[in-house]
Amino acid sequence: MTDATVAEAPAAPSTRSAGRFLYISGVVLLCAWVLVPIYFLLVNTLSSPNTVNSFPKPLFPEFDFGSLAFFAQFAGMLTALKNSVLTAGMTMIMSILIGAPAGYALSRFDFRGKELFRLLILLTRAFPLPLLALPLAVMFIQTGLDDTTFGLALVHTTLAIPFAVLITFSLFSGIPLELEEAAWTLGCTRLTAFTKVVLPLILPGITASAIFAFVISWNEVFAAAVLTIENRTLTAFLLQNLDTSPLHLKFAGGFILVVPALIFIFAVRKYLFAMWGIANR
Amino acid sequence: MKGTREMAEIQIKNVAKKFGAYQALHDINLTIADQEFMVLLGASGCGKTTLLRIICGLETATEGEVWIGGRRVDHLAPKDRGIAMVFQNYAVFPHLTVFENIGFGLRMQKLPDDEVRHRVERVASLMHIEMLLKRYSGELSGGQRQRVAVARALAMEPDVILMDEPLSNLDALLRMEMRAELKGVLAESKTTAVYVTHDQVEAMSMADRISVMHQGEIVQAASPIEVYRNPAAEFVASFIGNPPMNFLRAEAAGDGKWSVAGNVIDGPRYGKSPLQFAIRPEDMQPAGDGLEAKVKIVEPLGAHLLVTCEVNGTLFRAVLDSDMEVKRGDMLTLAPQTDRVRWFDPETTLAVA
Repeated sequence: MTDATVAEAPAAPSTRSAGRFLYISGVVLLCAWVLVPIYFLLVNTLSSPNTVNSFPKPLFPEFDFGSLAFFAQFAGMLTALKNSVLTAGMTMIMSILIGAPAGYALSRFDFRGKELFRLLILLTRAFPLPLLALPLAVMFIQTGLDDTTFGLALVHTTLAIPFAVLITFSLFSGIPLELEEAAWTLGCTRLTAFTKVVLPLILPGITASAIFAFVISWNEVFAAAVLTIENRTLTAFLLQNLDTSPLHLKFAGGFILVVPALIFIFAVRKYLFAMWGIANR
Repeated sequence: MKGTREMAEIQIKNVAKKFGAYQALHDINLTIADQEFMVLLGASGCGKTTLLRIICGLETATEGEVWIGGRRVDHLAPKDRGIAMVFQNYAVFPHLTVFENIGFGLRMQKLPDDEVRHRVERVASLMHIEMLLKRYSGELSGGQRQRVAVARALAMEPDVILMDEPLSNLDALLRMEMRAELKGVLAESKTTAVYVTHDQVEAMSMADRISVMHQGEIVQAASPIEVYRNPAAEFVASFIGNPPMNFLRAEAAGDGKWSVAGNVIDGPRYGKSPLQFAIRPEDMQPAGDGLEAKVKIVEPLGAHLLVTCEVNGTLFRAVLDSDMEVKRGDMLTLAPQTDRVRWFDPETTLAVA
């Protein structure tokens, strides 16, 4: 017995350090998985077209804006960028206008089928878009919505709404009902209590939710490629020209796509955690 | 504004409340006089908060009517009832300064800036928070937030002020201080007050009248002393008082005589037997003749001695003078003070005169 305990004692720290090694290498690997491609994207975007197309590839950026300048002059690129911004902007506004009231209702009212409703919201994400794309395209052509940024924004809104509802639901739930009740006893109606008490408190969260909707639309490529021809968004435009365009253009385009999404997601990360109910305050 | 104050008598008529199949309130009838300080007292789940919220208008009664100052209000929104409420968790708006919190209701009434400032400053000095007016609720302690919540209610100059366990989140010392202060401020403001608490000391010390609630019903509504001395039901007797009243089984022993633990005691003339004999722990004296009690536990509390004993197999507490020398295992003979003895019918649990 005593021998066994003595023998086991030194084993414990080594198991622990092995676990620690595994943990750290796991973290490093996952970070590299995400960060290395982004880094190469950055390096190649900020290098001159010649450097990008030559071999070996640079490991550090030259801070040459030749690639970006070429990108800006490429025919149709700026229109595509404008379309992307327009679509994402409309998606942002529509998903908040529809999603926030739904989130409020879910958090404050009890109604029949509430749980089912929450499930259905998530299920909209379960539908594969390719399955819907063809009937949608036909319907859009019939209604004249095809090839418009508004039509595309409608589709993107549908994609963004589940998140808008869930984020705002969690935000509203984080505000004690007592605050609203206090406002009611102090002379507010349901509406004025909302605008004077609830709205100021959730505005940061609503902004975050709006930005997230913007990013969803910004990154979406499939519906954009199927539903637009002339008025392509940046993602669809780049996809279309993927095999014909030079390497430095792809890098610059990719960079322009990734950067806003990255910045926005970083800015609103706290609220995305809130959506999953991890931390709210 | 004080000159224009309306008489604010609250009448609750046949109010009942159901949550689904659960009956939270049964046919409540209660009249609270103008300027009265009424405490709704009961254990959690007894319906006291529900009743308060029905008066406030945050909850609608399933049946019955609520009248304030001779006006039926149960169909009105909270803002149209002439009430103000203080919430258990203070509900101080986190995005506004203390000043704007207190002035919130006045701003909603679109009062001129001067009037708002004047009123906010007056109630702030009343609640001793003048120096906090520029702060946000995140920068306040619990006690300070409570003061802001009360000040905000007072600033409305309501006919009726409703309070839902306003002191329960404060520590014991602060609670005692606020208790006295609140009582003074409310008496000064001449406002009718309804105050919900589960703390009997709070109820006894603040109330003009206490409504003791149990399982969705008002068991007794009377002055604190009346509730303490003449509990209307066994529940009240065992809920109020620390330690509560003692109960012993009493068998009929002929015309107005009852046999309690081998003693024959004068009692009511009552058709049924047995009855419950009840006496407060402090209403007994050691004497040559009385209830035989075997001492189980002795707790010296400074001012007096709390003695837990056994009488006829029933647990029985007595509060005795601290000079008494009593120890575990002693036999005491306790004589109940005759005018303090109460009787209850064990079937109806109601008091028998």
